Amino acid sequence: MTDQIDQFPVWAAIAVSAFLVLGSTLALIGAIGLARFTTFYERIHAPTLGTSWGAGGIVMASMIFFTISESRIVIHEILIGIFVTVTTPVTLMLLARAALHRDRAENNPVLGKAAKSAAGSTDGAVEER
Amino acid sequence: MSSTILLWAISISQSFLAIAMALAVYRMFIGPRAQDRVLGLDTLYVNAMLLLVTFGIRSGRTIYFEASLVIALLGFVATVALAKFLMRGEVIE
Repeated sequence: MTDQIDQFPVWAAIAVSAFLVLGSTLALIGAIGLARFTTFYERIHAPTLGTSWGAGGIVMASMIFFTISESRIVIHEILIGIFVTVTTPVTLMLLARAALHRDRAENNPVLGKAAKSAAGSTDGAVEER
Repeated sequence: MSSTILLWAISISQSFLAIAMALAVYRMFIGPRAQDRVLGLDTLYVNAMLLLVTFGIRSGRTIYFEASLVIALLGFVATVALAKFLMRGEVIE
């Protein structure tokens, strides 16, 4: 790897390094938020930092690196970026809906008053039927 | 010059992603309910995928790209199946 990198231009190295450090820092901030927030509905927002700009920055760094080092356009890493960007909202929405369903079914105090009263009214409607 | 910058940046990036994976594993173990554990698993596989991309930059090979693509696909399917299981109690109805 070293003989391949020694003729690497300095501006490209700085660009790749900046994108790498930016992406991994955002992924780390997202993981810290995942570990430190108190309720599930706060926690589910934190990892999206890692999947939006974290994945974007690291994929961008990889694309710049391989494009410069192989001196041809290499952008197949963009597949990862598109896939992560498309699938993350789907998974998090399904997970949030499952958590809300479970919390409502158990009448969990994590939910606010409004959500609990709404759940109570639907339960009442079910009982009336 | 440029190889020094790149090696430092890749090392910093890999250690940050490893710490992020450790935090996700921590949430996966202590998570009070099942949905917290599934969320920790989701974060864990995303960070592992990003770590494999940085391994690919470090070694200059494209085989790591394919491995990370496979991890992304299987992790998405796993999280959707687990969320469906939490919602309904079964995966295929």
